[in-house]
Amino acid sequence: MTAPSPAGSAPVGSWEPVIGLEVHCELRTETKLFCGCRNAFGDEPNTNVCPVCLGLPGSLPVLNVRAVEFAMRIGTALHCEIRPSLFHRKNYFYPDMPKDYQISQFDEPINANGWLELPDGSRVGVERAHMEEDTGKTTHVGGGGRIHDARHSLVDYNRAGVPLVEIVSRPDIRSATQARLYAAELRGILIATGASDGRMEEGSMRVDANVSVRQPADELGTRCEIKNLNSLRSLVRAIEYEIGRQVELLESGGTVMQQTRHWNEDEQKTGALRSKEEAFDYRYFPEPDLVRVAPDAGWQADVAAAVGDMPADRRAALVQLLGDEGTSEARTDQITTVVEHGLDVLMTAAVRGGVGAALALARTANETSAEPERARVLDPASYTALLRMEQDGTLSATQAKVVLSDLLENGGDPAELARNRGYEALAEDSLNQVMDELIADHPDEWGRYVGGDDKLAGFFTGLAMKATQGKANGKAVAAELRSRRG
Amino acid sequence: MSSEKISRDDAAYVARLARIDLTDEELDLYAGQLAVVLDHAAQVASLDTTGVEPTAHPLPLKNVFRPDDPRPSLDRDEVLSQAPAVEEARFLVPRILGEPQ
Amino acid sequence: MTTALELAEQVRNGSVSAAEVIDRHLAAIDESDGAVHAFLTVLHDDARRAASAIDDRIAARDDPGPLAGVPVAVKDNLCTRGVPTTCSSRILDGWCPPYDATVVERLRGAGAVVIGKTNLDEFAMGSSTENSAFGPTRNPYDADRVPGGSSGGSAAAVGAGLVPLALGSDTGGSIRQPAALCGVVGMKPTYGTVSRYGLIAFASSLDQVGPFSATVADAALLFDVIAGHDPLDSTSLDRPTPRSLENVGDGVTGLRVGLPVELVDGVAPEVAAQVRRAAEVLSAAGATVTECSIPELKYGLPAYYILAPAEASSNLSRYDGVRYGLRVDGEDVEAMMRATRAKGFGAEVKRRIMLGTYALSAGYYDAYYGQAQKVRTLIINAFTEAYRNADVLLGATTPTTAFALGAKVDDPMAMYLSDVCTVPSNLSGHPAISVPFGADGDGLPIGVQVLAPALCEPLIFQVATVLEAAAPVMSAPVLAAATWSGR
Repeated sequence: MTAPSPAGSAPVGSWEPVIGLEVHCELRTETKLFCGCRNAFGDEPNTNVCPVCLGLPGSLPVLNVRAVEFAMRIGTALHCEIRPSLFHRKNYFYPDMPKDYQISQFDEPINANGWLELPDGSRVGVERAHMEEDTGKTTHVGGGGRIHDARHSLVDYNRAGVPLVEIVSRPDIRSATQARLYAAELRGILIATGASDGRMEEGSMRVDANVSVRQPADELGTRCEIKNLNSLRSLVRAIEYEIGRQVELLESGGTVMQQTRHWNEDEQKTGALRSKEEAFDYRYFPEPDLVRVAPDAGWQADVAAAVGDMPADRRAALVQLLGDEGTSEARTDQITTVVEHGLDVLMTAAVRGGVGAALALARTANETSAEPERARVLDPASYTALLRMEQDGTLSATQAKVVLSDLLENGGDPAELARNRGYEALAEDSLNQVMDELIADHPDEWGRYVGGDDKLAGFFTGLAMKATQGKANGKAVAAELRSRRG
Repeated sequence: MSSEKISRDDAAYVARLARIDLTDEELDLYAGQLAVVLDHAAQVASLDTTGVEPTAHPLPLKNVFRPDDPRPSLDRDEVLSQAPAVEEARFLVPRILGEPQ
Repeated sequence: MTTALELAEQVRNGSVSAAEVIDRHLAAIDESDGAVHAFLTVLHDDARRAASAIDDRIAARDDPGPLAGVPVAVKDNLCTRGVPTTCSSRILDGWCPPYDATVVERLRGAGAVVIGKTNLDEFAMGSSTENSAFGPTRNPYDADRVPGGSSGGSAAAVGAGLVPLALGSDTGGSIRQPAALCGVVGMKPTYGTVSRYGLIAFASSLDQVGPFSATVADAALLFDVIAGHDPLDSTSLDRPTPRSLENVGDGVTGLRVGLPVELVDGVAPEVAAQVRRAAEVLSAAGATVTECSIPELKYGLPAYYILAPAEASSNLSRYDGVRYGLRVDGEDVEAMMRATRAKGFGAEVKRRIMLGTYALSAGYYDAYYGQAQKVRTLIINAFTEAYRNADVLLGATTPTTAFALGAKVDDPMAMYLSDVCTVPSNLSGHPAISVPFGADGDGLPIGVQVLAPALCEPLIFQVATVLEAAAPVMSAPVLAAATWSGR
């Protein structure tokens, strides 16, 4: 068994991975797609059901206008064309499907031909983002909860009929790392539109990966669909595993069979499902119980206006804020982190309050983002004050980080928190005194420093820190050394 | 498409898609009857419909919506009382062998 | 004869109690329905309770509505809360819906009393009611003949005088054809004017609920009660439905009546003769009758027998033994579904599911389903063209009078041909009505059909009223109940 390719690298040997992602996201509507039952997670089984979402004989679907609005927001954010669309029936039998057909969209979806820009500037095409209803949930009894050892199964239809948007990327992705970037960026976009809360672990965002490999000059290889990816980490590992599996298969003269594979988290591998290999004939035809959806230009404009800043826009705004300093790769990563955690507003407030952009970025990306939940509710004025204390030398970098930690933990006034820690600013006089003593104690080193040996600045700074138990401000010491040297 | 004979295998495939168990006799019977009806329907297969748009609905409705407001759900006991088999307030079904898609 | 209009008036003005009306009709059903078998369920207790409530309201000087105290039979593919609704199928045997169809709610809201559920061809698929899993209904005029289908129970219930009003559903002629065969009025409204919420679906783009009655005015009355926008049905028209009852007497002076040869030629001679007589009646009443030809009408049947089964095959997938209805146990869930559907569905239903599944399957969609949808457009366009020169069309409702029980069960194609005059209106979504107009040599009823463009219900009722007034008097049906009150 060939080891999976190292994370992030492109072709495995000469093989080029070709990856497309299908993301199903649950919309944050109050009610289901076609009926007024609550769209809620975790309620008692079969309590949010009605004739429509149970598919009882005689029931009929009626489309939730807010779901259409959310679908349009997603389409707008992904730069799609918003089109008049139809619903189709996708016919297949399964116990979690109350009607044994799913109302979905087929060849006339509401959103098509869009794209998504990744933080590194690369683009991945979005083929379509269409609306469809979710299925119920099945739990398997006996056999450790796994489907193929079960004695019987139990179905809860609370989730049946919940609105979904299925976002299908073009097969433009070339590595597991890029797939992760795409999924993370898409999640950020979904959250920013307000249409979804993007929680993979809770199932409100489900990612399936289509993976194939080919020699760069060749046509696309046979692809496998990988399901059961519950986190971004699983996504990366599963794709890497699958690439490795397919490469090994092809290199040993075998062929890749088109199939659906499950990611097994425990065993860290993908496995084919024990299903009949018969291709599904979904017999799509236009849903006769629903009519055409044709949002007019006015509605589309309203939706576009309601869609807030996307992560890419927010990153661009921070780049602007940083001016020339915004473009190094390290900076790009920091900017991505700040936006991903929703801390750009906080950082921008600090900069507006007089904190240098580079410092604000460094602290927000490196330390503050460690506690994103708390950071998002931090009082911007306190944050700004703290960073200014570091900036003007009142606190050393080390001290500022400690106070920041306290601030995140308990809130409060930074100056008071600093005092509680014993970080009073070292008085001018005492620093003078300390410097006098150090220079007196180390005449040789001082002589060499005065003579031009700049490396000795560090020597004296270190001693000053020791002598003041860390209370000296590094910048102040440096300034003092320079002025004494003349 | 006209006068196509439908074999027993064709009929069996359709019966599988439709999830109905049929005996060999029934398969043969339906295969024959289907062929007769499809023959009749073939009259439309041969019509020239170039440039004709299909009609999905007899009346040109569009944009029919409902507001995102909750409405009362059914009483769970009433729903489950009609179920063939129930366990832990859920619908019980025999084991599922395959995956849906 | 006592019409529904008269009954309601009598109840509202206190000259008869609703309880008395209902008791009378329940007694008639108990006595006579054994022979007819129009009803699958008779709601003795519920109906009496409802009648009592109506009488309480009358006593409190409250108006229960335009159908106060009138007993109405409801086809058993319309959901009635807490009352078995079987679609005449084993697969729904014993199932009680937890909700009322919208039309049933409107009936109750108008003061009507739902007195029972009537027999039909299983899942509304058929033209004779012989496909019912619970035995056929008999034609009130000849117990050895079919009442037509699929709404045979509702048609026979009115035909035998067991009830003055009934609801049926019409997908390819399932109201009009049994109405013609049973000598009653049956009408299919414009698609979208009557809510389908609670009508158990057969073919969604074709199904409509409509009235059966003994008189045209009663049909208009019932139509006015059940019609109107329903927010629970996305295919329900959101514009005012034309009120029909107030205009039924407007006559036909100056009206242009088209007589398409396709709706006259090829039908039984005695039926054709009655159609021509009906044309003469309209002429004499001031209309201009002109023969015309709409060749596309002949494509209606082949298109219908692709579209309807295709939609039905999908609509009937939900009957899988999981959530309600019949379950036949199996080793695994798929085996359970296959065995349940094999046992639960009758032969005609299976045949149409097979046909529909085939027509939608990969490789056949364009040739069958896609093409049929285009033929539908051709038919609509042909009607539009015809209506440039006519306000309404006149023709036969069905090619023959009632055939014998068992005569066509082994020949599906022969059975399907019963629908040739009726399916075009389902494909176009236009309204049409069948009016009793004489009988053949055997005394079997003949119906003539009036067709009109979308939303022209008032016109068809007007024309039907003139025809009704001139129709030959019918003798009492052989299976007439004590409550049958003449024509």
